[in-house]
Amino acid sequence: MSVHLQVLIVVIPLLAAPLLVLLRGATAPWALATAVSWSVLAIALWLVAEVQVHGQLSYALGGWAAPWGIEYRLDAANAMVQLLVAMVAAVVLPYARLSAGREVDPEQQPGMYAAMMLLLAGLLGISATGDAFNVFVFLEISSLSTYTLIALGRDRRALTSAFRYLIMGTIGATFFLIGVGLLYALTGTLNMADLAERLPAVASTRTAHTAAAFLVVGICLKLALFPLHLWLPNAYTYAPSAVTALVAATATKVAAYVLIRFLYTIFGIHFSFGELPLSQILMVLAVIGMLVASAVAIRQPDAKRLLAYSSIAQVGYITLGLALGSVLGLTAALLHMFNHALMKGALFMALGCIAWRVGSTRVDQLKGLGRDMPWTMAAFVVGGLSLIGVPLTVGFISKWYLILAALEQGWWVLIAAIVISSLMAVVYIWRIVEIAWFQQSESRDHTREVPLGLLLPTWLLALANLWFGIDTRLTIGIADQAARALIGSAP
Amino acid sequence: MLELAFPPAFILILGALLIAVARPGMRPVLVLAAPLLTLWAIWQLPDGVLMTVGFLGYPIELVEASPVRRLFATAFAIMAFAGGLFGLRQAKWQETAASYAYAAGAVGVSFAGDLITFFLFWEFMALFSTVVIWCGGTDAARRAGVRYALMHLVGGVILKIGIEGVMIHTGSIDVRPLVLDNFDTWVVLIGVLINAAAPPISAWLADAYPEGSPFGSVFLTAFTTKTAVLALILLFPGAQVLIWIGLYMVFYGIIYALLENDMRRILAYSIVNQVGFMVCAVGIGTQMAINGAAAHAFAHIIYKALLMMSAGAVLYQTGKRKCTDLGGLYQSMPITTLCGIVGALAISAFPFTSGFISKSMISQAAADQQMVWVWYLLTAASAGVFLHAGIKFPWFVFFQKDSGLRPADPPWNMRAAMILFAVACIAIGCFPGLLYSLLPYPVDYQPYTGEHLVSQFQLLLFAGLAFFVMLPAMQRTLTISLDLDWTYRMLLPRLAGWVERIWVALMELIDTRWQRSGRPLVERLTRWSEPGGALARTSPIGSMALWVTVILVLVVALAQRG
Repeated sequence: MSVHLQVLIVVIPLLAAPLLVLLRGATAPWALATAVSWSVLAIALWLVAEVQVHGQLSYALGGWAAPWGIEYRLDAANAMVQLLVAMVAAVVLPYARLSAGREVDPEQQPGMYAAMMLLLAGLLGISATGDAFNVFVFLEISSLSTYTLIALGRDRRALTSAFRYLIMGTIGATFFLIGVGLLYALTGTLNMADLAERLPAVASTRTAHTAAAFLVVGICLKLALFPLHLWLPNAYTYAPSAVTALVAATATKVAAYVLIRFLYTIFGIHFSFGELPLSQILMVLAVIGMLVASAVAIRQPDAKRLLAYSSIAQVGYITLGLALGSVLGLTAALLHMFNHALMKGALFMALGCIAWRVGSTRVDQLKGLGRDMPWTMAAFVVGGLSLIGVPLTVGFISKWYLILAALEQGWWVLIAAIVISSLMAVVYIWRIVEIAWFQQSESRDHTREVPLGLLLPTWLLALANLWFGIDTRLTIGIADQAARALIGSAP
Repeated sequence: MLELAFPPAFILILGALLIAVARPGMRPVLVLAAPLLTLWAIWQLPDGVLMTVGFLGYPIELVEASPVRRLFATAFAIMAFAGGLFGLRQAKWQETAASYAYAAGAVGVSFAGDLITFFLFWEFMALFSTVVIWCGGTDAARRAGVRYALMHLVGGVILKIGIEGVMIHTGSIDVRPLVLDNFDTWVVLIGVLINAAAPPISAWLADAYPEGSPFGSVFLTAFTTKTAVLALILLFPGAQVLIWIGLYMVFYGIIYALLENDMRRILAYSIVNQVGFMVCAVGIGTQMAINGAAAHAFAHIIYKALLMMSAGAVLYQTGKRKCTDLGGLYQSMPITTLCGIVGALAISAFPFTSGFISKSMISQAAADQQMVWVWYLLTAASAGVFLHAGIKFPWFVFFQKDSGLRPADPPWNMRAAMILFAVACIAIGCFPGLLYSLLPYPVDYQPYTGEHLVSQFQLLLFAGLAFFVMLPAMQRTLTISLDLDWTYRMLLPRLAGWVERIWVALMELIDTRWQRSGRPLVERLTRWSEPGGALARTSPIGSMALWVTVILVLVVALAQRG
C-alpha cells in the first residue's frame, strides 16, 4: 500500500471530485472534501518522512517503466511543495463551511467543493510527476478549476476577473505546451530525467533556446511575476474568501516549483544561467516587481486587493532567490514558498473572517475592529508581522536566508531592494493595524467576534507562522536537502 | 548543559505573561517576584557558555555568562524591580507587562552568546519598548511611538544585514570583539550605535522617551542605550572612532538639555550625554576604561532611573511637565525633592555618590593613556553635566519661584522605589568596593584621594557658582560663563552656529533640487501607484497579452544572443 501513496495523493482528490457533484446540500460535500484534504495531508506528511530517509522515490504509473510510461518522481523539493499544498487545503476546507456558506450560493456549493478537489489534484499532480507533458495536463486541471472557483464570487466583477485569468492562463499554458513540444522534438523524450540527460548535447541550438524562452514565460505567467501579474489582483479580490486563501497560498508556489524544476533539473544550472541570461532577466523582473507591487499595495483601498499586490511582491522574493543560482538562494526560495503560503493563508483567512462579519474588506470599514474582533485582528497582526519579517515568525527566516544568499554573492543592490520592499510592507500592514486598533468607527455598529469555525483554522495558520519561525528543523532541513539535490543534479 | 542554566530572560518573560493573565489581586506579587527571581537566576550562572540550541542551522548560545554580562544583567533586573515597585499600584497592567518584556529583552541581550540570539532579543526590546511608549496613552505618545518604531526598525535591519555579513564572510556567529576592517563590521557598529543614540540620530531618544507615562519613562531610560553600551563593550572594545562619537554625544546632550524646558526631556538629553561618557570609555578600550564604562553604566541606570522617578512623581502629582510651570515643590514634596537631589548629585559625580566613583574611572583611563584632549573635554563636560542635570533639573522643578502648586508626595510604593535607589546611589558612592568587585577586570583605583576630592569639589563649586550668577540668562538664553572651560563658552556655541549654517545651506540646496526634479518624479510615481494609476488599474486583456509578448520577445532575443 505505502508504495502507492505517491500516486494516491493525486488520485484521491481526483476521484472525490465527481463524487462531490453527486451529493446534495452543503454539509455532506463539505464533510467529504474536508476528509479528503485531511487524508491528503496525512499522505503528504508520510511522503516527506520517506523522502527525508530515502532521498528520492520513483513510481511507474500503471507498471510501465520510465522512458515509456509516466514516472512519478518525488524528492525533497516536490515533497515540500506537496506538504504546503496539503497543509493549506486541510486548514482552508474546514474554514470554507462557514465562509463559503455565506459567500457562495447553496446550490453551487457541491460544485465548489468539487472544483477545490480538482484544484488540489492538479496542484499535487504537478508536483508529483516526473514527466514534462504530465505537468501540462495537471496545470490545465488546476487552472480550469481555479477559473471556476474565482467566478463563484458574489461580486459580478468576479466573472470578468475569471475570464481575464482564463485568457492569460491559457496563453501561459499554450506557451508551456509549445516549449515542451520543442523539447520533445529535440530529444524525443518527455521524461524529466531523460530530458536532463539528453539536453546538454543539443543545448546550443536555437530550438533549445526558444523552448526555454517559451517555457519560462509560460510559467512566469502562472507565477504572476511582474509584469505578467496583471490577472492576479482582480482574481484574488473578487473570488470568495476561502477560494482566495486557498489559491493565493498554493497556486503561485506550485508555479514557482515548476520554474525551479525546469531551470535546475531539466535544463540544468549551466544552461539556464550560463548559456542563457535567465538569471539576470529574472532578477531584474523580481526586483522591479518587489518594489512596484509593494508601492501599489500601500495605497489600495481594499485590504484584499492590498494583499494581492503584496503577493506579487512576495513572488519577487521567491524569484530572486531562485535566480541567484546558489544553494543558499535556492534554499531561500523554497523556504519562502512554504513560509509565504503560511502567512498569506493566515492573512487572507483573517480577511475572510472580517468579510463574514462586516461584509466588506475595504480598509475604511476596518475602523475599530481591533476592539470588536480582537482575535481575528490579532491573527491578522501575526500574519502581518510575518509578512514584514519580524523575528520569531516564518517571514524572518526566509528573509534571513535571502539576505544571506545575496550577501554571499555581494549583491548589495538586491539587499537594498529587499530592505526597501520590507519597509514598504511595514507601511501597508501598519496602515491596516492603525485603522483597526487606533480609530473608532462612526458608521458601523459594534460587531462581535466570528464563530470558532472560522477562528480556529485562521489561528491554526497564524500559529504555524510562529511555530515554523521558531522550530525551523523541518522547513530548513528539507529546503536545504532539496536545494543541494537540485544544484547537484545539474550536469 | 546545566540544569540551572534556564535563561534568566525567560523568567521575566514568563513574569510578563503571568502579569497579563493574572487576577488583579495577584499582580503586585508577580510584579515584585519576577525581577527578584530573575536576579537570583542571574547569580546562579557560572561563567562560560551554558546553553546551546540549534536554530537556522547554527549552534545558538542562548546563555553565556561572564562578569561584565552579569553586571549589566544585574543592573537590568534591579531596575525592573524598582520600576515595578514604582508603578506597582498606579501603572496599567499592560504597561507593566510590556515593560517587563522589554526588560527581559535587555537581560537576554546581556547573556546572548551569539549574534543571532543577540539580534532576536535586540528586536524583542525594540518591539516592547514601542508598546511601553504607546502606553503613554496620549496622541503625542502614539505618534512618537511610531517614529521610534520606524527608527528601530531601520536600525534593526541594518544590524541584521551586518550580522548576516559577518556570518557569511567569517562563518562564525560568536559574540566576540570584531575588528573594524571591513564593511560588515562597520554595518554592525552602525546598527548598535543607533540604539546607543549616537550621532547623527540621537534625536529619537529625546523625542520618544518623555512621551511615555510617568512609569513607562522610568523603564525606557534604562535598557535600550545601556544594552547598546554592553554590545559595544563585547563587540568593539578599543575602537578609536568611539572616543569621538562619545565626546560628540556628551556635548550634544549638554547643549540640548540646557536649552530644554520639559523636565523629562532634560533628563532624556542627559541620557545621551551620560551614554556618551560610556561610549567614549569603550573607545579608549583599556581595562580601566572598560571597567569605567561598565561601572558608569551600572551607576547611571540607578541614578537616571531615580531622577526619572522623581520627575515622574512630580508629573503624576501635578500633571505638569514644563519647568516654567513648576517650582517651589520642595515645600510639599520633601521626599521627592530629597531623592531628586540625590540623583542630581550622583549624575554630577558629587563625592560620596555613585557617579563619583564610576565617572572618575573614565577620566583616569583617558589620563593613563595620555589622551590629553579627551581628558580635558571629559572634565569640561563634567561641569556641563552639573549645570544641566545636577542643578538645572532640581532647581527649576523643586525650588526657583513658587508656582503655587502644593502637591503631596506620591503614594508609598513610589516613595519606596525612590528611596531604594537614593540609598543605592549613596551606598555605592560610600562603599565603592561593592561595585568594583563586580567589574570585569581587577580594579586598581582609589577614587577617594585628597587631590581628586579637591579638584572635583572645585569643579562643582565653580559650575554651581556660574549657574546662579547666570541664572537670569539661564531662564531663556544661554551664555554660560565659566573660567574652567572656554571651549564650552566660546568654541562650542560658535561651532554649533557654523554647523547650523552649513546644515541650513545644505537643506536649502537639497530643497531646491527636490522641488525642481525630485518632487515631480515622486509625484508621478505616486500617481502611478495610487488606485486607478497606471500600475494599479485593471488593465484590458489586450495590454496584458502585449506584456506577455514583450517579455517573450525579450527573453528569446536575449537567449539567442547569449
